[in-house]
Amino acid sequence: MIKYLPSHEYARVEGNVAYVGISPYAAAQLGNVVYVDMPEQGDDVTAGEDFGAIESVKAASDLFAPVSGAVIEANEELIDNPRLVNEDPLKHWIIKVEMTDPSELDALLDQEAYDALCAAEKH
Amino acid sequence: MNKELYGTLIFELSRPGRTGFSLPKKQTEGGVESSIPAALRREKTLDLPEVDEPTVVRHYTNSSNNNFGVDTGFYPLGSCTMKYNPKINEEIAADATVARLHPAAPDSTVQGALEIYWTLQRALCEIGGMAEFTLNPFAGAHGELTGLMVIHAYHDSRGDSARTKVIVPDSAHGTNPASAAVCGYKIVEVKSLPDGTVDVDDLRSKLDESVAAVMMTNPNTVGMFERSIPEIAEAVHAAGALLYYDGANLNPMLGVARPGDMGFDVMHINLHKTFSTPHGGGGPGAGPVGVRAGLEEFLPNPRVMRKADGSFEARDTDTALGRISMWLGNYTVLMRALAYIKILGAEGLGMAGKLATLNANYIMHRLKDLYLLPIPGPCKHEFVFDGLIDKSTGVTTLNVAKRLLDFGFHAPTIYFPLLFHESLMIEPTETESPETLDRFIDVMRQIAREAAEEPQTVIDAPHTTPVSHPDDTEAALHPVVTFDEL
Amino acid sequence: MPHTASDIERMLAACGASSLDDLYSDVPEELRLNRPYNLPEACSEMEVRDFFAAMRAKMKPLKCFAGGGFYDHYTPAAINSILSRSEFLTAYTPYQPEISQGTLQYIFEYQTIMSRLTGMDVSNASMYDGATATAEAMMMTVAAARKRNRVLISETVNTAVAQVCATYARYHGVTLEVIPQDGGVTSRAEFEMMVKAGDVAGVIVSQPNMFGIVEDYTGWADTCHAAKALMAMNCQASPLAVLRTPGEWGADIACGDAQSLGMPLNFGGPYLGYICTTKALIRKMPGRIVGATKDAKGNRVFVLTLQAREQHIRREKATSNICSNQGLMALHTAVYCSLMGPEGLRQVNEISAANAHYLVEQLCVTGKMEQAYPDKPYLNEALMRVKPGLTATAIIEAAEKAGILAGVTVADDLLLVCATEMQTRDDIDRYVQLVKSL
Repeated sequence: MIKYLPSHEYARVEGNVAYVGISPYAAAQLGNVVYVDMPEQGDDVTAGEDFGAIESVKAASDLFAPVSGAVIEANEELIDNPRLVNEDPLKHWIIKVEMTDPSELDALLDQEAYDALCAAEKH
Repeated sequence: MNKELYGTLIFELSRPGRTGFSLPKKQTEGGVESSIPAALRREKTLDLPEVDEPTVVRHYTNSSNNNFGVDTGFYPLGSCTMKYNPKINEEIAADATVARLHPAAPDSTVQGALEIYWTLQRALCEIGGMAEFTLNPFAGAHGELTGLMVIHAYHDSRGDSARTKVIVPDSAHGTNPASAAVCGYKIVEVKSLPDGTVDVDDLRSKLDESVAAVMMTNPNTVGMFERSIPEIAEAVHAAGALLYYDGANLNPMLGVARPGDMGFDVMHINLHKTFSTPHGGGGPGAGPVGVRAGLEEFLPNPRVMRKADGSFEARDTDTALGRISMWLGNYTVLMRALAYIKILGAEGLGMAGKLATLNANYIMHRLKDLYLLPIPGPCKHEFVFDGLIDKSTGVTTLNVAKRLLDFGFHAPTIYFPLLFHESLMIEPTETESPETLDRFIDVMRQIAREAAEEPQTVIDAPHTTPVSHPDDTEAALHPVVTFDEL
Repeated sequence: MPHTASDIERMLAACGASSLDDLYSDVPEELRLNRPYNLPEACSEMEVRDFFAAMRAKMKPLKCFAGGGFYDHYTPAAINSILSRSEFLTAYTPYQPEISQGTLQYIFEYQTIMSRLTGMDVSNASMYDGATATAEAMMMTVAAARKRNRVLISETVNTAVAQVCATYARYHGVTLEVIPQDGGVTSRAEFEMMVKAGDVAGVIVSQPNMFGIVEDYTGWADTCHAAKALMAMNCQASPLAVLRTPGEWGADIACGDAQSLGMPLNFGGPYLGYICTTKALIRKMPGRIVGATKDAKGNRVFVLTLQAREQHIRREKATSNICSNQGLMALHTAVYCSLMGPEGLRQVNEISAANAHYLVEQLCVTGKMEQAYPDKPYLNEALMRVKPGLTATAIIEAAEKAGILAGVTVADDLLLVCATEMQTRDDIDRYVQLVKSL
């Protein structure tokens, strides 16, 4: 299952774990990613609050957590090679979260609703 | 400007043992070793360039030849007011007496310096329609922050602590929301109407007792005068908030209308824009802040005041918002601005704004058949094109800007304001002659023609500059910011 | 303004307007000034010179024995010649790297020089002054710590710097607490206690401190880091040539004023605030940064980089609002340090230290003053306690009549005195004789 925030972060869910990253649409909008600022393993993130930031040459966006929980892993590959986010944003997640309240997922957009949102943003 | 890249760094000219200084012989005993225990002294040898004076002078002279300034050519950078910087300003600022004045010197020995500061304060009050000014802020952004602190201190003094928001138009320069955020405020954006002015209904719907201030420029960032400003001021004041004037666009209003008379409570002025002090490649500038009557007491320390006996003093007050600078700001920048005001006088200042507006309208009218004008004029000191009218060529605003460099012009401001996808913002200022404008217009028309006939020439531009297409992505991906990392 | 009457006529016609006022038809009548400014008539250049000459007649430069954050050092002649070049002077921020390599290159040189002076990895393109740079360092520690907003500042930090930090803290929502001093230096015990109490984002100390004392910060960085707090050091730039550097102390941020690098006093400015940090914190650093890269021809070239962190992009998410630097003063710094080199800077500090120690010793010999903290090391500045019967103000006033600025008054009985390479032994003797005569 994959769900989205309107601010373009996704949560790909496997059991009680959510892989959080940015959508292919967001990655394309940003352009070449040059830096991903992420929390450390063990930090807590809260649904709807920012947990880091992502930067391209021309833009910087805060990253918002789609779900609450503890960070069980930060994708350190992105420190040396942030452009992986552009190559395959769904494969190269940013943090892995042990969810404390999976019911938070209900409030997120499903694929169809998210696609509609992106289509609307493109005008 | 040289077309060849000089490119050498001073470190590459260094030879061990070479020196370029001239110091007197030591006349007293002792020194660093006898004064400071070893554990508190530097361990690592200091590695600085070792070069002789002629080498240093040639190095920077050659390097300067890869730079473009207002003295080099036309600089139509929108929102930056790159007017000519009169040479008398420089002569006045290079004052050997002022150079020796220490901020802690007794007031009696710096009366002239304080009087210069005070005279400029009074002149800016008259020009801004304000009751009092501080000249301490170092830059426009610093002025914004100071002005917002004045507003914060004002609300605090009334025990009105529930005001946590600042409203800015969506067309605002990024500095406005950034300054408000640094001042601890939450930012609320207000929409623009299709003509680029603020949507007053949207603004009204957002005004309540949680709003501390509304920040605006007038004319705004698309060069349009906000004609609803009296209505806006009334609504803002009725909600108990204050109206802040970002003076970035003051130039066209010189002699025409004053922010104080428009209903603004607090404002800043960029002396490096409207008052012709040089930009110096990024600074030092100055961002004096003015306030209407009733807000003077909140201005930052130290303040320069005239005493009953006619003498001047710099002193701290208890009601001030606090302190925002070591001392009285970028002092010699203030001297330049006062020299400029004196040279132009009342009449000249009045004319400067109008001619800046004339120059902008002239360019706009002569190019709007080729470049897309999303908001028809009359504009004020600047206007925005949304790229070329013909969008089929693949030529972007960035390409047009870079192509201008080939013809000896600085580029306009691009991709700002954010209201349009292909913003190209042009501000000629009053100091450019009609011949310069005509040549610029001819070149802009030629670029439009090239875009249609040989778009690749424009897309690949610039072709004649010392540097072409630097790799920004690599620079940001692997930052190398010192010689030691090269 | 170059326009002739016929130019204006022709241009108005092209705009379809009949008068300049037509272009302002959108300005409501009730907002118009409709009168000339109440300002003097236009002056000629000669008259402007006369006005400033009249002002100059009301200034009296003194032989300077005052510091307190502003130091009277020698300015090499070549600096003004280079800074006056209009290619540097009249350029804007180097947004167009194709025609701004001159500016970008000197900023890159400046960044290298400041990194080496402070012993830190990286520097930005400069800030306004030392006080605002320190306030920005304070906000940087809070931004880096994310959820903590408590910052500690030593009582021995220069008063104006501390006041600016307090002002920024008040409005930015930073809880700024003062670490008390003990015997002229920051209290180690209080520092340890306050940091260990937890929740500290950053600690700000200074070197030399506001009394001119060179403090010992051995182990301080470790204490900070153990509490996940960042250590920021406010340092005068010139003494860094001889003092243990913030990098060597293990600090995370170095900040302060570079005025001591030969910038004329100029009644307070322009000077330059610097901020340097570690490579790990580069993206948390406020302000402009210039980076090296290659262009299409393979040349090594310079660009503004990491701009996505800057305020004009981040807007309401910004943690700093600075969007310029002290450009020309960064050029001053690069040229000064190139002309002086390591040997020149060493000599400046040697002579300053020797002169200051001679001055302090001789002032003590007069019997009118003593050192406030006689057991603490100092470089070019020291706090003197004026003995009963005399006050700091009385000394300042008497010295002024003799053309001397005796120091900075700290309290009725406390005078901060300073010496640099700008005073001769005779100057010092003259000052000492004067004190003796009081």
